[in-house]
Amino acid sequence: MKNNEIKVLTPTPSGKNRRQFLKISGMAIAGSGLLLACNDDDDSGNVMPPAATFDLGAGDLGVLNYAYALEQLEAAFYTNVLDGSYWAGAEAKEKKILEDLYNHEINHREFFKAALSANFSADVVLPSTLEFNFADIDFNDRDSVLSTAQLLEDTGVSAYNGAGKLIETVDYLVIAGKIVSIEARHAAAIRSIRGAETDDYAYFAGDDVITASTGLDAALDPSKVIAAAGGFFVTPFTANMLP
Amino acid sequence: MNIIKFLDEFTTESLTSKNSSRREMFGTFGSLSKKAALAAIPFGLATASSKSRAATTMAFQSDTVTPALQLALTLEYLEAEFYLKALNSGVLAGTPKAEGIYMQISKHETAHVEFLKTALAGDSIESPTFDFTVGGMFDPFAENGTDQATAYAQLLALAQAFEDTGVRAYKGQAGNLMGSPAVLTAALQIHSVEARHASEIRRLRDLDGWITANERGMGMPEATQAVYDGEENVMQGGLDVTTLGSGNPFSVTSSTQAYDEPMSGDTAVSIASLFIVS
Repeated sequence: MKNNEIKVLTPTPSGKNRRQFLKISGMAIAGSGLLLACNDDDDSGNVMPPAATFDLGAGDLGVLNYAYALEQLEAAFYTNVLDGSYWAGAEAKEKKILEDLYNHEINHREFFKAALSANFSADVVLPSTLEFNFADIDFNDRDSVLSTAQLLEDTGVSAYNGAGKLIETVDYLVIAGKIVSIEARHAAAIRSIRGAETDDYAYFAGDDVITASTGLDAALDPSKVIAAAGGFFVTPFTANMLP
Repeated sequence: MNIIKFLDEFTTESLTSKNSSRREMFGTFGSLSKKAALAAIPFGLATASSKSRAATTMAFQSDTVTPALQLALTLEYLEAEFYLKALNSGVLAGTPKAEGIYMQISKHETAHVEFLKTALAGDSIESPTFDFTVGGMFDPFAENGTDQATAYAQLLALAQAFEDTGVRAYKGQAGNLMGSPAVLTAALQIHSVEARHASEIRRLRDLDGWITANERGMGMPEATQAVYDGEENVMQGGLDVTTLGSGNPFSVTSSTQAYDEPMSGDTAVSIASLFIVS
């Protein structure tokens, strides 16, 4: 939890970010009544529709969009890992673990995409084209990759744990449960690699992440997770209807 | 509350069709294979029963929360005692990595017991009496003359079975906790810790940290197969996840590894009961 946390990129109303952002959010604007969110820019004769940041939504939709955003982030991260020189030259067991994580996260990402599009109209589904900022990660450096992987997996666990209570449909809750334990297995795997460097055999479920007195893992509300992982997200979105 | 009475009453199923075989299983301590056969309850029942229970969760939440937490406490009692005995057995002496892992897991399982006892308050149950030798089939603590290497292997195999069962059992109870957000969150916070444990124990046994299809993995006794049956599922939310793309991420291997499957309360009880004397 060092370099990569809490560096939220604030969407700017002009320039490159605005263009990316309009491309992403065009569908949402058309379909979700967000035209009401006019601002003063319009008075200057701007012919562009007002920028409305994609909102994840409420209830099951909001949680599924939220999970989809996190899985897109993880999948993009491991895609970069497998393109980097560290992974190419990594020790066999480490290499296999990271390749497995890549496979699982890609599968999760595509599952959420399919589940969302099967159950909700396209205008309220998070776009599949989120862009990410991995500028602070050196994909040729082992420690940079592994520490970020640990951050993302631990964050994923805390995110699903915190979102469970927001889910309204039992089938979605069970699916979230099926996925969160995989994220936890991943987190332990990465932590195990890192702990081995200092013979810290407890690090797979270390006291830094599991409260020793209760034996409980972390559970965080979406707003906390998005703030913590915000530095990775270039494409802006909001979670105004989630806690 | 008497543990056998609780186990017997755990599910509505146990009060109906499988009643007599369940009583027989608790009443006698026959061969392991016989019990393992009883444990092999079809996976499909889990989905059906958890759905029907969930439908009534909002109206009768206390009726589903208490039994779910009592099952969880039973499993935590089993794990907590197992790791304490393992650490006291001397079998882990000379393997500092395994010992360090067992110490951390032991700390968590003991904390889970206390947490659940507090949560259940007046509905708490007492610990069953466990027999980790399963009637003499195993000797994980080297109490009966088994050499250390064999005992060590059994100690790790049992830990894997307990942790992988724990992950599935908590998941299977999630629907029963939907009406109680705080309880659900706490259960999820335990569930992911069990998954971290499972991952680490599996690597200690030179396996992947995740489960491929319904493979129990190298060196696991056949009697533990009930822990893994159903893990071969590739249908998630009505979607066959092997069809969502091409290449390795969508192979059957990746598609089964990427999702842990829930286990019904019935199955979890059957597995735990292999180790329960009274």
